[in-house]
Amino acid sequence: MSILQSNIPGGPLSDKWTNHKNSIRLVNPANKRNIDIIVIGSGLAGASASASLAELGYNVKCFFFQDSPRRAHSIAAQGGINAAKNYQNDGDSTYRLFYDTIKGGDYRSREANVHRLAEVSANIIDQCVAQGVPFAREYGGTLANRSFGGVQVSRTFYARGQTGQQLLLGAYSALSRQVAVGKVKMYNRHELLDIVKVDGKARGVVVRNNATGEISSHGGHAVLLCNGGYGNVFYLSTNAMGSNATASWRAHKRGAFFANPSFTQIHPTCIPVSGDYQSKLTLMSESLRNDGRIWVPLHKEDAEAVREGRLRPTDIPEDRRDYYLERRYPAFGNLVPRDVASRAAKERCDAGFGVNKTGQAVFLDFSSAIERYGEEQANLKGISPSDREAVMQMGREVVSAKYGNLFQMYEQITADNPYETPMKIFPAVHYTMGGLWVDYNLMTTVPGLFALGEANFSDHGANRLGASALMQGLADGYFVIPYTIGEYLADDIRTGSISTDHDAFKAAEMEAKGHLSSLLSIQGKTTVDTFHRKLGKFIWDYCGMARSEQGLNYAISEVQALRDEFYNDVRIPGKLDELNPELEKASRVSDFLELGELMCNDALNRKESCGGHFREEYQTEEGEALRDDKDYAFVSAWEYSGDPKAPNHHKEELTFDNVELKTRSYK
Amino acid sequence: MKLTLHVWRQKDAQTQGEMVDYTLDSVSEDMSFLEMMDVLNQQIIEAGDEPIAFDHDCREGICGMCSMVINGQPHGPQQGTTTCQLHMRSFKDGDSIYIEPFRAKGFPVVRDLMVDRSAFDRIIQSGGFVSVGTGAAPDGNAIPIRKEEADEAFNAATCIGCGACVASCKNASAMLFVSAKIAQLDRLPQGKVESKERVRSMVVQMDEEGFGNCTNTGACSAECPKGISLENIARMNRLYLQSSVSPT
Ligand SMILES: Cc1cc2nc3c(=O)[nH]c(=O)nc-3n(C[C@H](O)[C@H](O)[C@H](O)COP(=O)(O)OP(=O)(O)OC[C@H]3O[C@@H](n4cnc5c(N)ncnc54)[C@H](O)[C@@H]3O)c2cc1C
Ligand code: SF4
Ligand code: FES
Repeated sequence: MSILQSNIPGGPLSDKWTNHKNSIRLVNPANKRNIDIIVIGSGLAGASASASLAELGYNVKCFFFQDSPRRAHSIAAQGGINAAKNYQNDGDSTYRLFYDTIKGGDYRSREANVHRLAEVSANIIDQCVAQGVPFAREYGGTLANRSFGGVQVSRTFYARGQTGQQLLLGAYSALSRQVAVGKVKMYNRHELLDIVKVDGKARGVVVRNNATGEISSHGGHAVLLCNGGYGNVFYLSTNAMGSNATASWRAHKRGAFFANPSFTQIHPTCIPVSGDYQSKLTLMSESLRNDGRIWVPLHKEDAEAVREGRLRPTDIPEDRRDYYLERRYPAFGNLVPRDVASRAAKERCDAGFGVNKTGQAVFLDFSSAIERYGEEQANLKGISPSDREAVMQMGREVVSAKYGNLFQMYEQITADNPYETPMKIFPAVHYTMGGLWVDYNLMTTVPGLFALGEANFSDHGANRLGASALMQGLADGYFVIPYTIGEYLADDIRTGSISTDHDAFKAAEMEAKGHLSSLLSIQGKTTVDTFHRKLGKFIWDYCGMARSEQGLNYAISEVQALRDEFYNDVRIPGKLDELNPELEKASRVSDFLELGELMCNDALNRKESCGGHFREEYQTEEGEALRDDKDYAFVSAWEYSGDPKAPNHHKEELTFDNVELKTRSYK
Repeated sequence: MKLTLHVWRQKDAQTQGEMVDYTLDSVSEDMSFLEMMDVLNQQIIEAGDEPIAFDHDCREGICGMCSMVINGQPHGPQQGTTTCQLHMRSFKDGDSIYIEPFRAKGFPVVRDLMVDRSAFDRIIQSGGFVSVGTGAAPDGNAIPIRKEEADEAFNAATCIGCGACVASCKNASAMLFVSAKIAQLDRLPQGKVESKERVRSMVVQMDEEGFGNCTNTGACSAECPKGISLENIARMNRLYLQSSVSPT
């Protein structure tokens, strides 16, 4: 039997969560006051968990590396948050959200977790509205919805193009309220360096105050990792610059298994790379695919002319354009899931149809939408549709009301006006479905160590649907962990406060200091960013949108060599006991250099294609992903063996009692 | 293009700072301003010195972390954008650029261009929330809200807490930031319930943090990357007055 106990409750799928909540052990309010919880991260998962646990009476310490909790990376989410409210009366339901998420994840997630997520989704919207989150509304005063890729109902709630910002500010306000009453203590500019285990249980953390360089230990009865995703292993991604894997990776080294590390999401609509100095990539929200049409020239000579600046896209007639998503996937068209859309873009660009200087871009065109909306408005206002300029102007206004801020963002970055000429976009790393393995209670394989939000692996399988990460982060923090943590903490009511005098804390502190000092002492010639860029390129080229046995083996040996070079030649100025941004980066990159290898190993091990994981050897004749449910319907959970080159592999078999495994088809 | 940069260097809050000059060749106009700073920092590190410390994270104008005064303007010359959204095409070959931190009594310098804005967090903690616990919410559609009102609340809520308003104000006043939160919540039925208490306690905290008074100069709103409107300040003043006349 697997050593992985998922602790999924028995009973029918739709009763599992309710039954579990009813039978879970509780900690009474007086005892909660004697229990300390450490939360790493103040994004949607961390802020919502901290606030909710503090409201229940626990003492919370919340750590994050930005200067304010409001700046966590969740702030950048644009498009929206899903919830099975069925306000649109279009046939949505808990079951349908569950089903779409399982299918969207290409049948590599746990039924029970996903169903719970769908169940609590509706409460999230209620909670956020009550906090004063200004969601978009209809003229009648009710909440508005939009649709998002990969589904056929309209269940996404949004606040213009800034949904993550508004949700995070809501959670931040709840958190601030608990800080005011003294139930949450905040530690800004603090970075987790290690998890401290006492008698096998997570009992605290070692952190560094990045503003002063001071390293300190903190004890607690449980530790919650809400540190987000690890997309920055690729160097270039849509993640914030500081997003990192350190908290997850250090936990992994202390015994937390890492699940499906190679499951990363490459988002189809991002602004392409412009030069070597590129520091990050900017997402253009998926919501744009509701109205934008994706195409490349039908003929290579046109593509070449566009690349060389001899031909403008607007001068290419309709019959010389290839709307390849509409062609390949008539049922979903431009709204196919992200993995499918990204691969299709890569396929066209690899075939020589790319449209920017580097040949790594496709068009996202709004002219049809502008025309269509313009004509609608003309009809409404009784203006003759033959007045083309008036029609287009009205159309542009409608489009601007929907996507104005995104268009503006695009123009600021590229100096092109998307109302006049199609956007150029290309896929970029966006989200990591993989993460720390957790059981149904969100506990990792280390007792007392929990993982929430993007940091865990649990809900999105091999591909996440749009607007589902915000939902999951808030579900975990507001509605799951406040219940499930009781099951663990019920045994701790007599433990008393956790002292950091224990030897385990001293040893972990020494180790953390030792690691940083040894990095500083290398005094080589090459900057941290140079190493990070090189690593990112290997992972992108060989463990990105397409993977092969040969490529992965090559990447593994290159990453190993790069790691050796890093420990011989990295140059970090400054000192340990002061503010030192280069040292912070080096510490994070040292973890990426190990995680990168694990990702390749994971991709190598999974001899099938599913969701975002596309192994070139396993595809259909039409170039679609070929899943192998007989041999690979499992979660890979990797155990750190002490040597990053030789991780131990464990499997959690996935059982599907409620959905039939089908080939995902969006045709 | 080739640029001369005059950058504020300061070890910490206790140490005196000074402007230091750097030159940078081959800057591409497609670079963002912060990418230009990255290139400069790589050059500084390779020369064996310590890089310039500055705050940044999302690099897309939403987290509010970046904070530089560029040629005398918080977030630089371009209207409605943050430092990280500024691109080098706003400059030309041979330009001299002056780069300084946001300066205000309430924002002590941490190092170089990095400042401590935790005063803003403490102001929000003093009342910038709706007192509703997790699980206690009615259905999201239970209270209809006029679209116009929801849109206005949203506009106020787009404040990113960057502090450019404070940095641009000759009195280092935080009124625009504080009023944006107060107005957002006051426009919504969920938040209105506590408006009077909120405005009183947030104003007290704002004063305690050492931010100055508002003398209606309007520089804050002009420099605000999110275009937060001065009307929020007017609304806050009205509410404050009401709450002093009838506290409950
Ligand atoms: C540009 C963009 C747009 C997106 N749009 C959408 C969308 O429209 N809908 C959707 O559902 N999802 C979207 N996503 C995904 C979604 O935003 C994220 O998955 C989600 O916000 C992650 O939340 P989180 O709380 O898990 O982590 P984060 O918000 O990333 O927070 C991580 C926290 O951990 C802290 N932390 C990290 N490492 C350490 C450390 N070592 N020590 C101490 N603290 C640490 C950070 O300070 C931070 O507070 C988008 C993502 C991006 C990049
Ligand atoms: S009001 Fe504007 S300038 Fe002031 S903190 Fe908010 S976004 Fe920044
Ligand atoms: S870095 Fe986030 S707003 Fe500039």
